[in-house]
Amino acid sequence: MYNAGHYDVIVVGAGHAGVEAAHAAVKRGAKTLMLSLNLDMIAFMPCNPSIGGPAKGVVVREIDALGGLMGKVIDKTYIQMRMLNTGKGPAVRALRAQADKPLYIQEMKYQLEQLDNLTMRQAMVEELIVEDGEVKGVLTETKAAYYAKSVIITTGTFMRGRVIIGDVSYESGPNNQRASIKLAENLESLGFDIVRFKTGTPPRVNSRSIDYSKTEIQPGDDNPRHFSYETTEMIVDQIPCWLTYTTEETHEIINENLGLSAMYSGMIKGTGPRYCPSIEDKVVRFHDKPRHQIFLEPEGRDTEEVYVQGFSTSLPEFVQHKMLRSIPGLEEAEIMRSGYAIEYDAVVPTQLWPTLEVKSISGLYTAGQINGTSGYEEAAGQGLMAGINAAAHALSLETLILDRSQAYIGVLIDDLVTKGTNEPYRLLTSRAEYRLLLRHDNADLRLTKLGHDLGLISNERYESFEQKLAAIEDEQKRLSKIVIKPNDELNAILQEIGETDLKEPLKALELMKRPKVTYDVIERILEEDSSLDIDVKEQVEIQVKYEGYITKSRQQVDRMKKMENKVIPEDIDYSAISGLATEARQKLEKVRPLSVGQASRISGVNPADVSILLVYIEQGQIKRLSEDER
Amino acid sequence: MMELDTIAAISTPLGEGAIAIVRLSGDEALTIANKMYRGKDLTTVDSHTIHYGRIVEPDTEEMIEEVMVSVMREPKTFTREDVVEINCHGGLASVNRLLELALYHGARLAEPGEFTKRAFLNGRIDLSQAEAVMDLIRAKTDKAMHVAVRQLDGKLSKLITRLRQQLIETVAHVEVNIDYPEYDDVEEMTLNLLKERIALVSDEIIKLLAMAKQGKILREGISTAIIGRPNVGKSSLMNALVQENKAIVTDIPGTTRDIIEEYVNVRGVPLKLVDTAGIRETEDLVEKIGVERSRQVLNEADLILLVLNNNDVLTDEDRQLLEIVRDMEVIVLINKTDLEATLDHDEVKRLIDGKPVVTTSLIEEAGIDQLEQAIADTFFTGGIESSDLSYVSNARHIQLLNQAKQSLSEADMAIDSEMPLDLIQIDVTRAWELLGEIIGDTVQDSLIDQLFSQFCLGK
Ligand SMILES: Cc1cc2nc3c(=O)[nH]c(=O)nc-3n(C[C@H](O)[C@H](O)[C@H](O)COP(=O)(O)OP(=O)(O)OC[C@H]3O[C@@H](n4cnc5c(N)ncnc54)[C@H](O)[C@@H]3O)c2cc1C
Repeated sequence: MYNAGHYDVIVVGAGHAGVEAAHAAVKRGAKTLMLSLNLDMIAFMPCNPSIGGPAKGVVVREIDALGGLMGKVIDKTYIQMRMLNTGKGPAVRALRAQADKPLYIQEMKYQLEQLDNLTMRQAMVEELIVEDGEVKGVLTETKAAYYAKSVIITTGTFMRGRVIIGDVSYESGPNNQRASIKLAENLESLGFDIVRFKTGTPPRVNSRSIDYSKTEIQPGDDNPRHFSYETTEMIVDQIPCWLTYTTEETHEIINENLGLSAMYSGMIKGTGPRYCPSIEDKVVRFHDKPRHQIFLEPEGRDTEEVYVQGFSTSLPEFVQHKMLRSIPGLEEAEIMRSGYAIEYDAVVPTQLWPTLEVKSISGLYTAGQINGTSGYEEAAGQGLMAGINAAAHALSLETLILDRSQAYIGVLIDDLVTKGTNEPYRLLTSRAEYRLLLRHDNADLRLTKLGHDLGLISNERYESFEQKLAAIEDEQKRLSKIVIKPNDELNAILQEIGETDLKEPLKALELMKRPKVTYDVIERILEEDSSLDIDVKEQVEIQVKYEGYITKSRQQVDRMKKMENKVIPEDIDYSAISGLATEARQKLEKVRPLSVGQASRISGVNPADVSILLVYIEQGQIKRLSEDER
Repeated sequence: MMELDTIAAISTPLGEGAIAIVRLSGDEALTIANKMYRGKDLTTVDSHTIHYGRIVEPDTEEMIEEVMVSVMREPKTFTREDVVEINCHGGLASVNRLLELALYHGARLAEPGEFTKRAFLNGRIDLSQAEAVMDLIRAKTDKAMHVAVRQLDGKLSKLITRLRQQLIETVAHVEVNIDYPEYDDVEEMTLNLLKERIALVSDEIIKLLAMAKQGKILREGISTAIIGRPNVGKSSLMNALVQENKAIVTDIPGTTRDIIEEYVNVRGVPLKLVDTAGIRETEDLVEKIGVERSRQVLNEADLILLVLNNNDVLTDEDRQLLEIVRDMEVIVLINKTDLEATLDHDEVKRLIDGKPVVTTSLIEEAGIDQLEQAIADTFFTGGIESSDLSYVSNARHIQLLNQAKQSLSEADMAIDSEMPLDLIQIDVTRAWELLGEIIGDTVQDSLIDQLFSQFCLGK
């Protein structure tokens, strides 16, 4: 073993969580080391070649507003961009990009290489160095000992990873990378609570073997929008995806071979996510559905590999061939990589503080799929937060915890550390109780100032943000002064868009509250062609149109905040509080919530327990745990 | 939960004492009380004064009660907040109505021990008493939970569960359109469709509330008919029930003794013994008015106590009665067990097919306990086949139903102004949550469970 150097922060892993963690730590001024198994696979996407979508797309924007990388990199490397849910309310609109996978890796690596304070090194970490409940560094397979004040583990699905294809199974990380065995064993011996999860991926086929004439085209948007608030140039040359369907024949093949599926033969023990069922799952559970959608998504510009979305499977390879070839357009399909399921270790996330620091080991953080989540964006969001807080720990800076009303990232982490998860956790818009406030269009309004305060957002960007704020305010003021008078021309426009006539004069701002009167319609009525940025117009329109609902949500948040502001000391001794129900006490001891608000979200902690807790804290004489009880 | 809003509760033990008090505490205690009260303007009266006036129904101004209202402004009150106490002497039914009104006008039903908790949090109670406050919350909660469970009728709970299921399916439908916009196997939820679905649930809630308003159970009791051939012991049964339960009969001043005797509270089940006079005259129902008519008369009762004579063989008349009541909510009493058993008990049991049969000797006061237990069991397991769903008698349930109705009507208004579905859905989800509070089911994850069991989603 040799001493390989001292750092402020060490990040183990360079997946979506790892890269954001390393980047954020560096931005906060930490001397950072990032260790990963294979530097050609930085921010590799082991599954679908896409980023964003409902809830997830908002996370990408939140990451960007806090200075992270994901948005910037995908804006430079997408092959297709679409705004989803445009026909619905503003809260659920979402951007989604099809990524050029190899290019995404290259661009991410390049971005990280530009950071002065970051060392990247290829290595297999085998052990953590922990002394007296404090992390000191890591040991690698090649006997290097790296030391640091904070360590972040972001090892994704590699921990004791096991790939399963039919009755074939072998130790492996995703895409035949090496599995991380020793580190997983080390975590177990350090006393971590571990669960076994699983996920899966569909086969990839060669584009040249696909007959696209039998499929439907799915093009990108004509005017692509971008994720990053810094992006100014858009890629206009986009590549389409294609849609086809499974057939009765596919389902027959699946049914005939179900016994060979690893899932049904009982070979897989891990818990899989319900929202990503394999095709065999879908056919079994929804057996009366005659067909399932299959999207064909290119993996990049300069590759012929195509991802078969909707066809995740762990059936034997020969069955996969047969199944694929029963799908219109894929009759001649050549598989390049087979679909597979993967089982892996995850840590039970209630072992973490909301900063993502491990409760039992000071200075140690975990982020990403290792915390029981699934998805690139979920991983990246956690990585960013862990990076911010690990740097804070190392450099004695302020930590950051986002609450449920501030960001989807806040919802995600709060859910994880408060409730835990019994399946790989994916963000959904319905997980957010204030989703009207957590829109993708206002991520910058919510978070840029925070990002700037923490040193993650440059002064230059912050200035332009302030200008945007001012522009929004000015425009609202302006429109609240303009009075629109009813006349034939105006009413003709209103009729045209399906609105009723205007009878009395009305302020422009008020008129915009009508459902079909958009900002563009107001512009038309006023016969102006404002030079305002599209983001500004959008913001004015949303804030005006949905004012009632937004106010209602804000009031809810205010109420929640009262309980959120009642702090519970970290070392409170719950056994000293008489009257708590036994179940509540056990849950509280495990989760150790930091506020009464968080306590009230733990399942098994009832309102009466919350009341009792509140009274106990309020009386001021709080009994604390002694050092060794913690 | 613990926003410091205005809370209300009945602060005298239910059914004990002649005077009942509804207490309000919080910023809006005075304005809320003022809305239900006709008399002086309570918002302008001096602190620590008492006023005479009337409590009225919100829409009709119909008088509910004459009351004395004490107004106490903060800080010199128990909770250190504005406190109003409404004193009435109307017994359980009207004090419940007063509480309902307070909730209707914007108060929230106090949690167990919450007045004391507020007193504590506002610094009124000494720190050293914290322990006692916590014990109080615990004790009151356990008791309240016990009561809440007992008050929840099985049928109501089933209905609420069904309404919630309808709502959650609708919400899941909206959600799936949002989170999986490209999945075509899910039909797009439209405003019209949503409006229809909301209306279905809303109508049911309105019906429930209308029934609750009749407050049949608490105000009138379960209408109970005692029937049987002459001289089987109907009057003794009547007397036994009344005597046995006198202590818990609400003593309503100003009403005549006759009426009091008609109401008995058997183990928490309020019974209204109908047609007292008829029973006392020991008339033969079937012979007098015929089978069909008897059926009709009996149909109007919620509970039938059929008395048979242990000391006699089963007559045709008995058989006819058994036949008539077989499909009704009935308890059969085989009375006079002190005398020789000439009645064939097995035959009775066969004829009445699974309904409870109790043996008594009313003269010797034997078997009354078993009878009361049978009555309580029938009611609390939700077995009673009342002609309507009048079991929504709990003020908390009514408040929650009202709020759920309100949320749905807001959703409906939003549909009319063509708001986006995902915004309308906020109010629909809220209604679902509120209904969940009635049956104590507030598991947040069930929406997501619903989503994945209802639709075939995946990558
Ligand atoms: C087969 C498969 C299917 C998936 N399907 C989906 C899906 O359908 N939907 C979805 O949302 N998400 C899916 N995912 C999940 C998604 O890929 C992950 O959530 C995301 O990549 C996790 O990011 P991460 O940074 O946590 O981990 P990863 O991206 O897995 O990165 C882990 C990093 O840790 C490094 N590492 C591991 N062990 C060590 C060690 N001992 N020492 C040093 N470095 C180490 C690796 O080299 C790698 O860089 C799937 C993943 C897989 C593998």
